[in-house]
This record gives sequence, structure tokens and C-alpha cells, in this order.
Amino acid sequence: MLARVRSKWTWLAAGLLLVLLILVPFLSLLSPYTGLMIFIGIYSMVTVGLCLVMGYSGQVSLGQAAFFGIGAYFSAILSKTYDVNPWLAMLVGATATGVFAYVVGFPVFRLRGNYLAMATLGLGIIIYILFRQLGQYTGGPDGMPGIPYLSIGGFAFDTPFRRYFLIWGFCLATLLVSQNIVNSRTGRALRAIHGSETAAESVGINVSLYKVRIFVLSAVFSSLAGSLFVHHLRFVSPQPFDFMASVVIVVMAVTGGLASIWGAIFGAATIRILGDEILPRLENLAVLKAWHVDYLNIIIYALLLILVMIFMPQGLFLGLKDAFGRWQPKLFRKGAKS
Amino acid sequence: MQYLVSGLTQGSIYALVGLGFTLIYAVTKIINFAQGEFVMLGGMLSFVLIRSAGIPMVPALLLSIIVAVAIGAIMYVLAIRSAKKASGVSLIIITIGAAILIRGIAGEVWGVDAVRPPFFTGNETLSFLGARIHPQALWIIGTTIAITIALHLFLSHTMLGKALKACSVNPQAATLVGIDPKVMGLIAFGLAAALGAAGGVVMAPLTLTSYNVGVMLGLKGFVAASIGGFTSPLATVIGGISVGVIESLAVGVDWGPFTSEYKDAIALVILLLILLVRSGKLAAEERVS
Repeated sequence: MLARVRSKWTWLAAGLLLVLLILVPFLSLLSPYTGLMIFIGIYSMVTVGLCLVMGYSGQVSLGQAAFFGIGAYFSAILSKTYDVNPWLAMLVGATATGVFAYVVGFPVFRLRGNYLAMATLGLGIIIYILFRQLGQYTGGPDGMPGIPYLSIGGFAFDTPFRRYFLIWGFCLATLLVSQNIVNSRTGRALRAIHGSETAAESVGINVSLYKVRIFVLSAVFSSLAGSLFVHHLRFVSPQPFDFMASVVIVVMAVTGGLASIWGAIFGAATIRILGDEILPRLENLAVLKAWHVDYLNIIIYALLLILVMIFMPQGLFLGLKDAFGRWQPKLFRKGAKS
Repeated sequence: MQYLVSGLTQGSIYALVGLGFTLIYAVTKIINFAQGEFVMLGGMLSFVLIRSAGIPMVPALLLSIIVAVAIGAIMYVLAIRSAKKASGVSLIIITIGAAILIRGIAGEVWGVDAVRPPFFTGNETLSFLGARIHPQALWIIGTTIAITIALHLFLSHTMLGKALKACSVNPQAATLVGIDPKVMGLIAFGLAAALGAAGGVVMAPLTLTSYNVGVMLGLKGFVAASIGGFTSPLATVIGGISVGVIESLAVGVDWGPFTSEYKDAIALVILLLILLVRSGKLAAEERVS
């Protein structure tokens, strides 16, 4: 399985992706989409974290947006209210999120399946309520504007063009780290846990430790993404971290393929392009004029979740590949399993 | 006393949602994350049928419940049954998908405003032991009691109810004596939808309803069901009512800098505590299933 991942085709695909990513802000055809691509990069980071937890170790987390939000608020509050260097704020945020995930991880991961799903869902909503209610720190439901840009020395990431490279640098680093983990001893341990916890335990794998570790890692990824998110928008409010946000992250992970690291980009891209570009245009069609786009979004996300899960549990991309002809089976038939 | 009454009223709704969770879980070993949406459906449908379609109240209420049951059955057949080979994680995701699908369509079709269907019997509050009780609250509590008793009688005294129970104890053995677990699953989903919708129908005139109430109601119903261990209907009802009362009392206490907006957080903290306390037992259960 691993040998196939590292086949020349994969390298070719990765190379093409990289060239395309670098070209985006330069080509006049694509440069208007730089902003969209920034969001795709940020959400890919969150999604890949969830893929590690759900796809590889088989644990459900429905509160991923909370970690995204904790990172975002740490960066926002420290760098704006307390004038801390934004990089330091980001580091503090990621560390705090990691510690938080570690502390809640041990008790929560004693649960499984449905109970775990509900516990993480509840945890996510509690954090969201805190964002809204701790108004003196977070700005409450109205949010908090005026967050500074990230900068290195005198070089500020104050244009979308600059932030594009910063954020995709982070995103690709995240994906590479994830890829390495999946192909390492830890990755094999996680897959063993996914297969059967009892069997994994019997061959000496410390099940709860591995589960919590991967959970912490996913939380740190989300937190970093959250920091980048607020330094990009220069504004933070609770809304991008609510229950629906966690569901949207699940939709991205499911669409990209739960057990697929690079699928995270595909999932995040599909959902962001749908939500930001395609649906608003559909809304302008006369027939749909009366409809409110928010709910069209939700309906389509829901259908994606249900249909992909039933018919293509390996993800939309691989699923479509499998469905539309098996003309290149070896290239894409990686060991994907929900 | 006032808080106790309002807690009892709210708790009754949680109990009904929790009963739905318990029923479906017992028969199919699935947690239906869309359970709260049926409460929303019941309330919204009754409003639409009474206010917009002008149907008289009693038939409109019944029709609301029937439509919700149909939607529950459709959900089971299309979403759950189609995913035959699906693992636990997939089923969780599918029911979440169903939940936001119902919610999205409701928001799309009926808009986002909170609505209030007419009260069943007037709007004059009654006095009882120093507390003011709205007649609708009596309807809510009464309906919950009636449904709990009816459900108990149904499960223990009818052939169908016993078949459901058999299926929850051991599906394979039930199949051997001619009970089809798929049909039982369908019935469980329909029945759970009916319970939720009945809750929604009686609740909506008092608390208002809108397209997005389902998530929190679902979560609190889940708390009720997990107090009952997903097995005992009676414990579920008691659990639901306790959650309602605790929540309501918590609102009455002066929390200093914290506001009563934390009400929802309280139920969630209870949820986490219960899950953690019971985690060993729950893990063992999941392992068996």
C-alpha cells in the first residue's frame, strides 16, 4: 500500500499541485481567487486534523471547530488586547489548545462511538457558548476587529498575495507532517486501533495514549489554522466556530475522503468553492432568487454527507474515480477505507 | 416553586426526546442525531397547518405527527437502510447529515423566524401553590405522562411491543422466531419521530419554535437518555425532568458575572459528567455491540 503511495504517479500529481499552487496568484485567470485559496488552505489544515482522528484512528470528533476557535481567540486577544507579538500569540494559542485537548482527551477518549460523538459535540458547543459569553475578553457575539497582521522583521503579511504564500506554506507543512505520521509507526498503530482496539491492545499498543496524541495533534493543527484565520481577516467573532462549523469540517473531511491526507485539500476546496463561488451564483438565477443561500448550503452539505457516506465512503474524489471507469485503477486506488 | 414548574415543563420535552433516542438505540443500536429535529418538525408543521392552511387544531396536530412519522420512516429507509455495510462512524455521520438536511429544508421552506402556534386552551395562567402555571404547561406535562404510560403498555402488553423488545435483546434470536429486525427498525424510527413530534406540538405554543431548535433539544434529550442508560424508559423520563429542573434552578441562582445564558452550557456539562462517570460501562456496552 505504501509503495503505491510513493509511486511516480503520486510524485507527479504532487509536483503538479505544487506548481499550480505557486502559479495561482500570478496567473491573471486565477489570481482573483487568491482569497478563496487562502480559505481553502486554512480549512485544509483543520480538515486534515479531523481526517487523522476520524479516518485513521476511527474516533469521532464533532467539536473540531472549537479548537479552531481557541487558536483564533488566543491570537486575537493576545496580539490585540495585550500587544503580544503575533507569532508568540500563535505559539501560546497552539500550546494552550494542545494542553486543553490533552487534558480533556484522556477522559473523553475513554468513551467510544456514539458517546464520544456526543461528548465532543457537547464540548464544542460549550466552548462556543464561552466565546459568546466572555464578552469582556472576546467581544461577545459582535466580535472583535482590528487584529494586527503577522510580520517578520519589517516584512508584514499585509496583502492577500503575501498571506497566500504564508498560509499555504503552513498548510503544506501540516499535510507533510500528517503524511509522515500516517506512514510511521504511529500511523500503523492508529490503523490497528481503527481495526480493533482489543487486538491493538493485545499486541502492546497503548490505545488511549495514541488516541489522545493524535487528538492533540489535530487540535494543534486547528489552532494554528485559527490563528492564521484571524490574522488574515483581522476580525474574530464566534460564528465561524459554532456547531454548523464543526459539521462543515466533517463535510470537508468526508468529501475529501476520511482516510486520505491529501484528500483534505480536495474536500476543503470542494466545499469552499461550492459555498463561496457556485452557490452565490446559483442564487442569482431567477428561479432561485427567492431562496436564501445559507440554507441551500446546508441542504447541499447534508446531501453530500449522506450520499458520500452511503455510496462512496472512501471520499468523493476516489469515489468518482472508482465510479467513472477503472481506466487508471492503480493510480488512485490507495488503501482508502472509512 | 416557579422554577420547579418551568423545569418540569421543559424537562418533559427532554424526556420525550430522550425516549425517542432510547427506543431507536434499543432496537437498532443507532444513535439518531436527528432526534431533536423531529421536535422542531412537530412544532413547525403544527404552526403551518393551523395558521397557513387553516386546518382545525385537533386534525392539524395529528397530521403534524403523522407527517413527522412519515419523514422518520423515509429517513430510515433511504438513509439508514441504504448504508447496510456502514460502520458506526458512518452511521453517526449519516444521521447528522439527515439532521442538518431536515433543518436546512425547514429553514429554506419556512424561513428563520420563531413562530408560535395557538395555545390549546387559552392563555390564562393558573395559580398553584404560589406558582403560576400556564395551561399549556399542563398540556405538556400531561402529554408526557400519558405518552410514557402508553409507551410502557405498548411495549409490555402488545405483540408488536414485545417484538420490539425481543429485537432489542437479541436481533438474531428475534429473527429465528419470525421477527424482522428491519421492520422493527422502521417501527422504532417511526415511533421515535412520533414521540419527538408530539413533544414539539405541545411545546411550540409555549416556548415558540424555529428551524434551529433541534440541535439543543437533541443534545438535552440525549442527556436524558444517557441518564437512563439507553435502556430504561422510566429512568429516561426521570433523567429528562431532572435536566429540565436543574437547568431551570440554575437560571434562578445569581451567578454573579455569569449570566443565565449559560443555561445551555449547564446541560452540556451534566452531559459530559454523566458520560465520564459511566464511561467504563458504556465502553463495555459498545464493545459488545
